[in-house]
Amino acid sequence: MQKFIEDAGWPRIIIGLFLCALFIAAPFVGVRIDASLSDTLVRVGMNGILVLAMVPMIQSGCGLNFGLPLGIISGLLGAVTSIQIGIRGGVGFLIAATIAIPIAVVLGWLYGQLLNRVKGDEMMIATYVGFSSVAVMCIAWLLLPYTSPTMIWGYGGSGLRTTISVEGFWLNALSKYVKIQIGEFFYVPVGMFVFFATIAFLVWAFFRTKVGTAMTAVGSNPEFARASGINVDRMRTLSVILSTVLGAIGILVYEQSFGFIQLYMGPFYMAFPAVAAILLGGASVNKASIINVVVGTFLFQGILTMTPSVINSVMQTDMSEVIRIIVSNGMILYALTRKVVVKR
Amino acid sequence: MAKKRELKSLLADYAVPIVFIGLSAVAIPLSGFSATYLIQEMLTRLARNSFLVLSLLIPILAGMGLNFGMVLGAMAGQIGLIFVTDWAVAGWQGMLLAAIVGMPIAILLGYICGAVLNRAKGREMVTSYILGFFINGVYQLIVLYCMGNIIPISNPQLVLSRGYGIRNAINLTGLRHTLDNLIPLQIGTISVPVATYILIGAFCLFIIWFRRTKLGQDMRALGQDMAVADAAGIPVERTRIIAIVISTVLACFGQIIFLQNIGTMNTYNSHDQAGMFAIAAILIGGASVSRATITNVFVGVVLFHLMFVVSPMAGKELIGQAQLGEYFRVFVSYGIIALALVLHAWRRMRDKIEARRSLRGE
Repeated sequence: MQKFIEDAGWPRIIIGLFLCALFIAAPFVGVRIDASLSDTLVRVGMNGILVLAMVPMIQSGCGLNFGLPLGIISGLLGAVTSIQIGIRGGVGFLIAATIAIPIAVVLGWLYGQLLNRVKGDEMMIATYVGFSSVAVMCIAWLLLPYTSPTMIWGYGGSGLRTTISVEGFWLNALSKYVKIQIGEFFYVPVGMFVFFATIAFLVWAFFRTKVGTAMTAVGSNPEFARASGINVDRMRTLSVILSTVLGAIGILVYEQSFGFIQLYMGPFYMAFPAVAAILLGGASVNKASIINVVVGTFLFQGILTMTPSVINSVMQTDMSEVIRIIVSNGMILYALTRKVVVKR
Repeated sequence: MAKKRELKSLLADYAVPIVFIGLSAVAIPLSGFSATYLIQEMLTRLARNSFLVLSLLIPILAGMGLNFGMVLGAMAGQIGLIFVTDWAVAGWQGMLLAAIVGMPIAILLGYICGAVLNRAKGREMVTSYILGFFINGVYQLIVLYCMGNIIPISNPQLVLSRGYGIRNAINLTGLRHTLDNLIPLQIGTISVPVATYILIGAFCLFIIWFRRTKLGQDMRALGQDMAVADAAGIPVERTRIIAIVISTVLACFGQIIFLQNIGTMNTYNSHDQAGMFAIAAILIGGASVSRATITNVFVGVVLFHLMFVVSPMAGKELIGQAQLGEYFRVFVSYGIIALALVLHAWRRMRDKIEARRSLRGE
């Protein structure tokens, strides 16, 4: 018992118990458990890959990937371009991914080069690189010569809208496959989960290959890794590229389920929930696994789904936003202040 | 060779202000603003923002980097202002009272911030940044849900129509410009807020004096090398907490001065921007994460706000869309922070290489 508490850490246990309490309380205040469980699962599928994007960089010692917006931007570019081309259904989604991935590789490479030059300060710089890239893209969204009438502002005739619907293009491109429907309210988008599981498996398998092991070694002890002949900078760059690509795929999966592409300031704060989720799942600033991703995403999204409905019915107010801010940032804070050896 | 290296390092040291002066030189003529207008704007904005920016100096002295946790102080100041508005105390007495109410909250928050940062040595900046978000959540919890029922608020104009929680925007009619107009001075068409400048000047003197005290010297030693300072018998953790507490309290006063000039308070947003703008300003002034002077503050505030005023107009003239200039400004504020952080990290690595080179006797 003692060991379990130590392993899991107090914040995680408190939040886990809080979530259990919410699920138990739900039926008494008139919230359907099956509907909320289904909502939670859908959100896990939506956000899973974005959280997974944290893993490579944490493992290679680059810290928490606050620069996730960079990957998201690549995904968004892929998404709007595929809508511009106008191909519908699963193929459209695939095209979006095919366009997004090379962009993510290039951006990730540049980003990796930058992070290699600022070892020790990655997180703060990543945050601001993310922010400024979002701001640059705000300008780009206004100026890029997209012409599809579903995407540009009705008046003026140029500049992309702030939210673009993917309905009629690739809404539910993954979610619609093998949809399990139990009763009226409970459904599981198996297609999306299979996709998530595949990507997660690939990442898991990657970390078992030679390159993956080398990457973990770089994260655990860069001096040792260098001594054993691993090119530290190359491994770090590779991990950043991998994270950025996963971010790009992640946002596409998110959008096909959510139904909208959010441009402009939309990606601004998207890194924070993902960071909070993986930390909630038990990752630390320099160690993360797939289990952390799955557990963390479930806990975090569970709280996001359950607090509005349950707390609202109990207290007649919407406190979900405040709870979200406190839980997610509290979790990041906890991880940052844990007594680990800080390398400089 | 050595000379070339020196020039290069000088350029790297002042890269940010140089880029900025260049940008302004292009943008000012494009915007088409008159000189008097710009001077008036700069004088007002200098008075409005300097105090907030100055509050960043002491943690930098203590080697704790940019105190992103200054938003904590700003929140404390805002809570003070909410109460003063509720009690309807106007004039400079109101400002003083707001400062008195805000100060204990700022001290408490500063203490918390310092204690948290002591647990995260080596990554103070990112931790204080996240702490700002976290306390922002707590602030919202208190202001949005506790004020008006648990904490009594008598003025119904402050409270949301549902019966509790503070409104999104608060009109600080009683306090508006009270400090700025305390000692009025008019030069031509330009009005100068003398009292605010006196306060800022006094504060600069305080910082100069503070650096010479025992505590100030201790902090400087900490900033140089924490381990050596510890070995020399300086109470490291305590000194760091004091540095953050001072910074937080000053940020609290700074936010009160800032808001009395603006005249309306954006209950849930004002403090967010305070932190970002102050940090961007000090960096633009040529400060780095480890070294900042009072000159950096004033140069930075002027340059940053020049950009602030000019860029939407310049964007409009250049491309025909004011929105574009606005986004450009957002990009500049974030980009400059990113650039400054990168340059700092870069310089640290360069210094390491220099040190190694000198060891080899080159």
